[in-house]
Amino acid sequence: MTEATSDAAFVEFQRVQKSYDGEILVVKDLNLALPKGEFLTMLGPSGSGKTTCLMMLAGFETATHGEILLDGRPINNIPPHKRGIGMVFQNYALFPHMTVAENLAFPLEVRKMGKSDREAKVKRALDMVQMGAFGSRRPAQLSGGQQQRIALARALVFEPELVLMDEPLGALDKQLREHMQFEITRLAHELGITTVYVTHDQTEALTMSDRVAVFDDGRIQQLAPPDQLYEEPENSFVAQFIGENNTLEGTVKSIDGNTCLITLDDGSEIDAVPINVSQPGERTTVSIRPERVEFNKDRLHADAHTLKATVKEFIYMGDVFRFRMSVAGNDEFIVKTRNAPDAVRLNPGEEIEIGWLPQDCRALDA
Amino acid sequence: MLAADGTPLKQSLARSLRRQKLRALLLISPLLLFVMFSFIVPIASMLFRSVENSIVSETLPLTVEALGNWDEKSGELPGEDVYDAFVRDMVIAIDDKKHTRLGSRLNYEETGMSSMFRRSGRSLKKLDPETDGPFKDQLIEIHDGWGDVKTWQVIKTHSAPITNGYFLNAVDMQRTPDGAQAQPEDKQILIKLFGRTLFMSLVITGSCILLAYPVSYLLATLPMRVSNMLMIFVLLPFWTSLLVRTSAWKVMLQQQGVINETLVWLGLVADDARLVIINNQIGTITAMTHILLPFMILPMYSVMQTIPITYTRAAKSMGATNWTTFWRIYFPQSIPGIGAGSILVFILSIGYYITPEIVGGTKGVFISNRIAYHISSSLNWGLAAALGTILLGVVLLLYWVYDKIVGIDNVKLG
Repeated sequence: MTEATSDAAFVEFQRVQKSYDGEILVVKDLNLALPKGEFLTMLGPSGSGKTTCLMMLAGFETATHGEILLDGRPINNIPPHKRGIGMVFQNYALFPHMTVAENLAFPLEVRKMGKSDREAKVKRALDMVQMGAFGSRRPAQLSGGQQQRIALARALVFEPELVLMDEPLGALDKQLREHMQFEITRLAHELGITTVYVTHDQTEALTMSDRVAVFDDGRIQQLAPPDQLYEEPENSFVAQFIGENNTLEGTVKSIDGNTCLITLDDGSEIDAVPINVSQPGERTTVSIRPERVEFNKDRLHADAHTLKATVKEFIYMGDVFRFRMSVAGNDEFIVKTRNAPDAVRLNPGEEIEIGWLPQDCRALDA
Repeated sequence: MLAADGTPLKQSLARSLRRQKLRALLLISPLLLFVMFSFIVPIASMLFRSVENSIVSETLPLTVEALGNWDEKSGELPGEDVYDAFVRDMVIAIDDKKHTRLGSRLNYEETGMSSMFRRSGRSLKKLDPETDGPFKDQLIEIHDGWGDVKTWQVIKTHSAPITNGYFLNAVDMQRTPDGAQAQPEDKQILIKLFGRTLFMSLVITGSCILLAYPVSYLLATLPMRVSNMLMIFVLLPFWTSLLVRTSAWKVMLQQQGVINETLVWLGLVADDARLVIINNQIGTITAMTHILLPFMILPMYSVMQTIPITYTRAAKSMGATNWTTFWRIYFPQSIPGIGAGSILVFILSIGYYITPEIVGGTKGVFISNRIAYHISSSLNWGLAAALGTILLGVVLLLYWVYDKIVGIDNVKLG
């Protein structure tokens, strides 16, 4: 195939398509290659096709078209139980009629492993997730976080090279979720396993992954490391979906290499980096992160274009101040500033001028 | 603990909940009254009939008293005092037309008593207890049954107002002057019927499990549209009249019926050796399995529906084959459904009446058919009540055993 094929790829999707009803494609032309040891997150809104991709990789769904390769071998016709892929489910799927230790021993038992080996491995796996004392409990007697750890240990106990996780932290509260994010990444890197992680939580995706694949409408919209994804979104969907984002609509006036001039719909002009635009006259959506907006004139270039803004609302959030402003006809324009000693508090009704560095403003598809 | 105003907390809580409880009681009261008068009261009075036996002592109060001094084991007829008392009682009883009822009652214990009372009634009516004595010889003259020691033994043995006689009869025994003894061999059928009822109910429950499990599994796992269609097929017989379904089985199973005709036509069975699959146990088991199947499928289905597909997926991702996944993961979790279905089917079938009556012949009938016979034909309501009480007891006992073994909390009906 094309650039997706590489010798180093451990997991590879080649032009994979999936349809359930023969009319609508849930996954449209998916190409994706993962090197060994990578932590890849599939991020996207519900219905974007990310879980379907995971299920195809696990073998619970068959690809309508295309090839999935695992370690160079096509696996389309291998049943799930022969793929040797560990899996963590959203609701943990711990077997309620077995104890924790029996749950963990199950994958070893079906591999016909001897009793003493089995016990040693179960113990090691339980210690690994700091649950050594819970072997004789039933899953129902554990808290959500503990169940989550057991599910993780069970997916790892038979030492698979590839582990799939389907929104495993969805049911936990915020604090526990953050703790488990760290725990999972630590384990994945320590053990050197390749991980495919599905989530709709962007914070999770950004903090945990080596690379993130943003899914929408059955396609990968962007595949990039977290920082690149946040700072250099390639289209307006990614810009909107990852983090908080301000958008302004306008038309390209002129393009000069790495910068362009945009005429907004209210007639004012701003500088931007052309990403999805190539010629003057095109419609575009420009995107600016709230924390990159500047209203302290001293920090801007002398010749920078500025916009008039009316403060609508001030929200005190502790570490940051958050202002809602009306800018170029957009009443939902958000500006964030750090709560530093010299930070300015603007009051609703104040009229100010705002601006930004041209490289922070990206002209994306309309 | 005290509430803020110093009253005990318990009392305070009870007061605050009283209105709520009263309202709840008011809401259920129509149903409660209905159940009370249409279900609990009749059943209680029916159960009481299994021990109630006041008819003898009420109709013949003087005789019963006089018989108290008579030694029934002596082999001699009672003295004139008993005969005198008997005539006095009978004259009043005949006036009230109660003597024939007493005759029928005693006829359950000794055949011939009924006609004896009826025939003697006509002659006894003309006697005046004050002037026409002594009566011993006159009575024996009227009917030589009054000269039989056995007659008086029966009256004395069954004179107690509360009796265990019906229960003894229900387990093939009888009350005699020498205490409880086994019935004569040719009258012992009830224990056998109880045994048969239990055995056949077990077979029916077993075959329901075998047939219902795959269907319920399909119902729970197939896509919604298909499974709804299947569900209609399951429920369709459920909505059809029980009599219609049973009669349909009669058409299917009889010697000239659909199954036999087809087999003969195919040449699998010779014309003169048609299968006997009705009016015996096979007929009852076949028809009742079919009729009770929905009661097994529905609880099984409702339990299987709650087993998430992720369990089987998890098992497979860990390397378990389809069979291991089913046997180690799916099946154990579906057991509550099997339990619920089994207890439902077993309890329903143990008391079933219509279907065995129609397709059971003589070999395939249940204890309930015997109860119905005593209620409507032999009119021995006491025995019917005793049989019913035993049946109820057996069901409650099984329920208790089941609760001990499986745990009733593990049973899910929906």
